[in-house]
Amino acid sequence: MIYLQLFLSFFKIGLFGFGGGLAILSLIQHEVLAYGWMSEKEFVDIVAISQVTPGPIGINCATYVGYTATQSVWGSVLATGAMILPSLVIMLVLCKVYLVLSTRFADNAYFQNTLRYLRFAVLGLIAAAALLLITPATFIDRWSIVLFGAVFVLTILPQLIHGERPTAKRVLATLSHPILLIILAGIAGYLIYR
Amino acid sequence: MLLQLFWTYLKVGTFTLGGGYAMLPLIQREVVDYRRWIDETEFLNMIALAQAAPGLIAVNSAIFIGYQVGARHVPTRWQGSRWVGLYPHLAVAAAVLGAVLPSFVIILAIAMVFSAYSDMPAIEAVMKGVRPAVVALIAAPLLRMTLKANSPKPFREGGVLLLSWSLASALLIWLAGVSPVYIIVVTIVLALAVTALGERRRSKQ
Repeated sequence: MIYLQLFLSFFKIGLFGFGGGLAILSLIQHEVLAYGWMSEKEFVDIVAISQVTPGPIGINCATYVGYTATQSVWGSVLATGAMILPSLVIMLVLCKVYLVLSTRFADNAYFQNTLRYLRFAVLGLIAAAALLLITPATFIDRWSIVLFGAVFVLTILPQLIHGERPTAKRVLATLSHPILLIILAGIAGYLIYR
Repeated sequence: MLLQLFWTYLKVGTFTLGGGYAMLPLIQREVVDYRRWIDETEFLNMIALAQAAPGLIAVNSAIFIGYQVGARHVPTRWQGSRWVGLYPHLAVAAAVLGAVLPSFVIILAIAMVFSAYSDMPAIEAVMKGVRPAVVALIAAPLLRMTLKANSPKPFREGGVLLLSWSLASALLIWLAGVSPVYIIVVTIVLALAVTALGERRRSKQ
């Protein structure tokens, strides 16, 4: 039964997952919390692990959720497979159309506008994913707010500096790498809470 | 050829950290510059298609490349065979498997180990520091994405209205518990309806 739910959930995630990893995160979060496969805390932990390991975040999440929900490798296989299945069907159809017509989808007004509208919807999805994770389980005290603020500022800082100072920009860009920031936050957590 | 596809995507899948967009330059180097399976223009078409279709960009690109390469480089012993149409699909399977396998294996290993040790006080202390950082990492790209979503025509042609739709969908999901699936469906329907109205108005003029 749980396998069927897992399959249907991740099939849905694959089918409606437009706009890349972070947007898909929002869909995974909704399904996972709705079925109670894991707590918000566990979900955040998985996102952290997905960020510091190689590969697409969506695959990492599906594999992890599949395992924790069933405590079996087959849960991982099923969740990951179910998420890829809709892409597989839709992309193959698009590839065949592309090979036959060599049309430029890019010029079609319907295609263009839908993509543009989806970009805006994805903003809302990602914002909601972040807002839903601000809970007493993840923000336990003042230090949480300090760490949140520090990582947020370090991530957006390189985007705010324009030209002029290439060295400063490069240093900031290196510092703002998500993997480094997660490791630093982990070290800070160990020092504060051990 | 199947092995080459598998190997190429295995490399791409192993050495990219941080998801789909980080993968694209690596895919370009392997597939366009090194193997010369497709050219620059086709690569750009691929990105457009991979973004337009639902799912992960990395997986979608593996499907596209697998299909194109499989359709063009059919080995001689397959040619004229009854199963020749199957070959591009095998190529797709090889590429997708290569793209997915590294993350799958690594994450599965971590899932098995982490669920056994997550109760350790030291691990819990580390994760207490990491959790708010993860929330910040999800929220921070929003600024750049908002500018990018507006990029060709800043705040024109309904840009402000669309931004209020972003805000509304965030609130609907956050406070009302609406599934993001419905937001996506409504957005697509809305886009098609608005485009149809626009086209009709243009044809009347």
